[in-house]
Amino acid sequence: MTAMLEIEDIAVELGGRRVLHDVNLNVSKGELVALIGPNGAGKTTLLRTILGLQRAAAGRVRVTEDAAKPGKTAIGYVPQRHEFAWDFPISVANAVVTGLSGQLGLFRRPGVAAWEATAEALDRVQLRDLADRPIGQLSGGQRQRVLVARALVLRPTVLLLDEPYTGLDMPTAELLSTLFSNLAHEGRAVLMTTHDLLGALTDADRLALLNRSIVAVGTPAQLVTEPESWMKTFGVSSDSALLKMLQVMV
Amino acid sequence: MNPIDFFMDLFNPDLAFLPKALVVAVMSSVVCGVIGSYVVLRGMAFIGDAVAHAVFPGLAIAFVISGNLVLGGTIAGILTAVLVAIFSQNRRVKEDSIIGIFFVAAFALGIVIISQAPGYAGSLQQFLFGSITGIPDSDLYIVCGTTAFVLLVVLLLNKEFITVSLDRESARALGLNVFWLDIVLYVLVTLAVVISVQIIGNVLVLALLIIPAATARLLSNNLAVMMFLAPLIGGLAAIVGLYISWSWDFPTGGTIVLVLSATFLVVWLFSYRHSDRRINVD
Repeated sequence: MTAMLEIEDIAVELGGRRVLHDVNLNVSKGELVALIGPNGAGKTTLLRTILGLQRAAAGRVRVTEDAAKPGKTAIGYVPQRHEFAWDFPISVANAVVTGLSGQLGLFRRPGVAAWEATAEALDRVQLRDLADRPIGQLSGGQRQRVLVARALVLRPTVLLLDEPYTGLDMPTAELLSTLFSNLAHEGRAVLMTTHDLLGALTDADRLALLNRSIVAVGTPAQLVTEPESWMKTFGVSSDSALLKMLQVMV
Repeated sequence: MNPIDFFMDLFNPDLAFLPKALVVAVMSSVVCGVIGSYVVLRGMAFIGDAVAHAVFPGLAIAFVISGNLVLGGTIAGILTAVLVAIFSQNRRVKEDSIIGIFFVAAFALGIVIISQAPGYAGSLQQFLFGSITGIPDSDLYIVCGTTAFVLLVVLLLNKEFITVSLDRESARALGLNVFWLDIVLYVLVTLAVVISVQIIGNVLVLALLIIPAATARLLSNNLAVMMFLAPLIGGLAAIVGLYISWSWDFPTGGTIVLVLSATFLVVWLFSYRHSDRRINVD
């Protein structure tokens, strides 16, 4: 399989403190990888490093064989929902087209091609009917799909999702996880951070357990048989509820 | 006084300052309405207030050395904004405290400087509360030029400003230079404040920046409509305010702001009754 996203020996320092070290992870075309770990494990920092927003102290990130650079690389970034100004008076379509702001360049307005990409992205997340709706009137699940569409307008080969299920009810999360799997299987490399361990175990093709470094990587079937990795990643004892859940999955 | 008399006074050659004041007031309202839309939507009201105060030492220096007020105010405003940006790099003291420190310091400096001018009490009052007399013709051109410049920049950078307003982090990921876009927006706020300050006064200029945009926000869920309505509301309030202040000999700045506030209240009551309340907090 071709690795579309390659993370090699990444180390990151924040304020002189090493928060990530020796991170190695590949995400292949057509694959959904869930990045999981406790709070403060460095999940968001790793995403920021992949995006080129955080300088790596060592190592490198490559996207389809090129060094990643903000605005230049076809990475679709889906931020956490609460980072977005949902009270801004703008329609769904106008919010989605801002995903092209960097690529269009200064002073250029979105043209026919940009609006076509927007329509295509809205179709893909099934929001075409709501294109003219103000973003403030959307439900949580619809908002998440707006953010995904906004990432898709760049037609990215790599998609990064930051905690897409937070604050959503189960049916909504289920619909989204189907969407994410499909987006991956259509030929993109998808890396998603999540606190929803059960969802990650059922939907992701592979899991990466992160705590300052990658503790273990594997398919859900492989990892449920490795309780030590989970104990090490989450700092829990052998009789924790987390391990009991894994036992049920075996 | 009925509106026709006011209209006649506008063309009375002995009252040449009146049409000039009207043009400056309307231009200021238009620029403030457009820039104010960003200020309101990004929750930058405090920064707007800070910039309004920060231009004061520049105005004072320009006044004392008989220089150009618009230029002096702009330089002082931009200098303060840059200082705030630099000092905010130290994360131990938060940005709003830094802004609080710098704008009162700038304002205090302005008061000390202007006290050096002869008969300063009168000019101080003019700066703080505005005045419709004594606008030179050259300022008229500067105000018109500044208006055209600010509107042009907004037109050119609207896409970038929207993208940054929606989410700074993903704007960075898209390759936008968020730091410089912020600086440009601060400069635009400064320019809007500087051209408005003569008529409306330093203390009240924030009203021109915030109230029309906030009123327009109540009336629309569409940024383009909001950016059209805000200057319209501001411009009409400037005309009505000038007319009332001319008729009853009220201070112009205060009257314009009161007209704006009353408009906001009426629209708020109206929109509260009719609001769809569908905005999700999530």
